[in-house]
Amino acid sequence: MADNKNVRYLNPIAIDTKSERYCRFREKGFKYIDYKDPDFLLMLINEQGKILPRRLTGTSLKYQRRVGKAIKKARHLALLPYLADQLR
Amino acid sequence: MSRNRYETVFIITPVLSDEQTKEVVKKFKTLLKDKGASITHEENWGMRKLAYPIQKKSTGFYYLVEFEADPDTILPYETEFRRDERIIRFLTTRMDKGHTEYAEGRRDRETERREKPKQTGAEAQA
Repeated sequence: MADNKNVRYLNPIAIDTKSERYCRFREKGFKYIDYKDPDFLLMLINEQGKILPRRLTGTSLKYQRRVGKAIKKARHLALLPYLADQLR
Repeated sequence: MSRNRYETVFIITPVLSDEQTKEVVKKFKTLLKDKGASITHEENWGMRKLAYPIQKKSTGFYYLVEFEADPDTILPYETEFRRDERIIRFLTTRMDKGHTEYAEGRRDRETERREKPKQTGAEAQA
């Protein structure tokens, strides 16, 4: 017979797994993500200039595709770097 | 044929003088008009630092044109960009509905921003 002390850890420990995901674009009803606004797109890339994955930004798939396209257009126009060392 | 809305951003080399730069801008605007396109909006971003060097240049003169045109006009228009040595980069995108709405909203916001300082200036004078 297990007393309370041993049973406690049979259930997974609750570490913030329940925090609901949200997509910042869906929430605010974005119709279009602008490639001409590098300061905004800076939020969605890491300090090397790589596009941040959805699992980190919480963006929905629909908007992640648009984000990717916007960032790639911005890179073509030299508004964002293709590769960088210290963006932030 | 249905006309579409397009938006072109192009970068002119920084080595040109102001007048030469204006000439380039004028050239591409008249080119559009000759092809029967109507320019709805244009923006002069001026000299900007490039995020990475292009053709060994670290700055460029940015210009944005929004226009309405037949899809057929785009290909010769872009060819002209490729031929011109003074253009170091360009990008033409077709504007869908969301994009058009966004662009118009941005313009409204910008005019507001421009008007606001005037108002505060008037208040300061009064």
